[in-house]
Amino acid sequence: MRTFLVLLQKEFLQIRRNSFLPKLIIAFPIMVMLIMPLIMTMDVRNVNVAIVDLDRSTTSRRIASHVEASEYLTLAQTTAEYPLALEALEQGDVDVIVQIPADFERDMAVSTPEHISITANAVNATKGGIGMQYVVQTIVRTLGEIGGERAPVKVSELITVENRYNPTLNYRHYMIPALMIILFILICGFLPALSIVGEKESGSIEQINVTPISRFTFTLAKLVPYWIIGLFVVTVAMLIARLVYGLAPVGSVWAIYLGAVLFILTISGFSLTIANFSDTMQQTMFVMFFFIMIFMLMSGLLTPVDSMPEWAQRFTLILPPRYYVEILRAVYLKGTTLSELWINYAALGGFAVVFNTLAAITYKKRS
Amino acid sequence: MKAIEIDNLSKSYNKGKVQALSSVSFEVERGELFGLIGPDGAGKTTLFRLLTTLLSPDAGRATVDGYDIVKEYHAIRSRVGYMPGRFSLYPDLSVEENLQFFAALFGVNVEESYDLIAPIYKQIEPFRTRRAGKLSGGMKQKLALSCALIHRPSILFLDEPTTGVDAVSRSEFWDMLAGLKERGITILVSTPYMDEASRCDRIALCNEGRILGIDTPHDIVRGFDNRLYGISAKNMFTLLERARAMEGVVECYPFGQRHHLVADDSFSVEQFTRQLSDIEGLEIASAEPTIEDMFIKLMKR
Repeated sequence: MRTFLVLLQKEFLQIRRNSFLPKLIIAFPIMVMLIMPLIMTMDVRNVNVAIVDLDRSTTSRRIASHVEASEYLTLAQTTAEYPLALEALEQGDVDVIVQIPADFERDMAVSTPEHISITANAVNATKGGIGMQYVVQTIVRTLGEIGGERAPVKVSELITVENRYNPTLNYRHYMIPALMIILFILICGFLPALSIVGEKESGSIEQINVTPISRFTFTLAKLVPYWIIGLFVVTVAMLIARLVYGLAPVGSVWAIYLGAVLFILTISGFSLTIANFSDTMQQTMFVMFFFIMIFMLMSGLLTPVDSMPEWAQRFTLILPPRYYVEILRAVYLKGTTLSELWINYAALGGFAVVFNTLAAITYKKRS
Repeated sequence: MKAIEIDNLSKSYNKGKVQALSSVSFEVERGELFGLIGPDGAGKTTLFRLLTTLLSPDAGRATVDGYDIVKEYHAIRSRVGYMPGRFSLYPDLSVEENLQFFAALFGVNVEESYDLIAPIYKQIEPFRTRRAGKLSGGMKQKLALSCALIHRPSILFLDEPTTGVDAVSRSEFWDMLAGLKERGITILVSTPYMDEASRCDRIALCNEGRILGIDTPHDIVRGFDNRLYGISAKNMFTLLERARAMEGVVECYPFGQRHHLVADDSFSVEQFTRQLSDIEGLEIASAEPTIEDMFIKLMKR
């Protein structure tokens, strides 16, 4: 026990003496939580619309004014010639072109008019697709209004929409739990691995290996500081989410902490395993990056697992962050309880055991 | 019981491609200052790593302080002190912190061993709050030796402790080792410097994973049974080439300011000077063989 405390003290001393680690540990979560949610948004705004108005009627002007009024759309230009609008689209000044055919209003009153055609720039598939949707909605609403002025019930009043759990469809609320996980991966995943490989590079691990202390004690002393730092980081992240973005977990804070503990154990065990197989920091960094790319892109942190192809969805079952991201989102946004998420907790617990056992087996004091 | 017994120890790297040690056998007596002398790649570090239980041997067996290096490695780890060739303490901890840290790892107090390390540690004590990484080479070496001694090991392994250290510090270091030997500690030390060999009780000359000869430094030199001359001339290179081509010359190699010429019975000085009379400034004189001469002789054999 005394040996363990001495080792622990030495680790903390080394972290504190490091010229940039303490700063990183404080500044990194704060920066990520303050800045990234503002940037990582999938909300589509400022869609530039060009209207090719061949009709020049009340209806077409009304469509134009609705486009202008929308908070997502900007009326960039109104012309009477499609090629001009298309040129603007090619230049990137315009994202969506709406062409209203000649005599549209007149034909609508008597029979089926010629179609309104919408052209979107889909280089950015999200902006193109969602921008187009907004435009379609705006036009449908305008036409509905015009029709409704004649009919007894307005079409738009027949439908009510409710976005459960994230009522304002705030993309930040979706991203904040993901950012917390990225913080964990970087701080509890990278740092212990680099710390161990650093000792290999400097040769000090040799000096440790000839002493009678067990590899378990040594490894544990390497991990505990980062567990503590990890829990500190999750606390800071939760406070920032609460104070800056007004996002408090609907569910229990303890459900989040329990998940955090299991996830930290998993990811640090994983990083130790990698450290045991590497001889240089460079090697560790590269291998870690490889896995972190997979974790970031395939665990549902940024894009929903449900929209992945079937095989990829099955693959995500072996990615630990997937389980914690589900826990965090469910507890934060839906208030799901521990008992409902037990499979996720069990999975994380399982990963923690597997990776830490692997780390203990692969660390050898003698080669 | 001998302090160290090594019996046909072999070790290779890269799946047998590099043979670092081939069937090495020798014994080290208790309280002996034993030197492993050999150039880089002789297998000295591999032998140290095997004996300090950092490596597993491919074949053969060895005991350290009576314990088997494979089966009883745990007992060995608390009985030996190891100072690797490269400075490997924590550069970001202070002198004092490093010492206390290693004391704690072995479950001892610095005070308990202070008398043992005092002659060495006293010299760096004024700098005890300085980070180990900021010490000079000689001070680092003293700190490393203090840390290796903190748990009062019965056997001390020093892997090239004087490499990269200035001549004065080197000499001081050997004085310290002599002091430790007096306190009954067995010391196995390796060095590439042949001149340091004379400070050892016994030495093993090694090269390419083999032991070439083991004896006291004095007897090793006595085993040199050829006549040895030191030769010099204005153009040393021409001299070397010409001398090598001559009859009765077993070997001729650069040795400091002069060349050493190993001669067999058919060699005669008169004939040598006569045949090389065209070489400007030729001088030849009898020379005392050194360990290096013996090493070269054994290596060529």
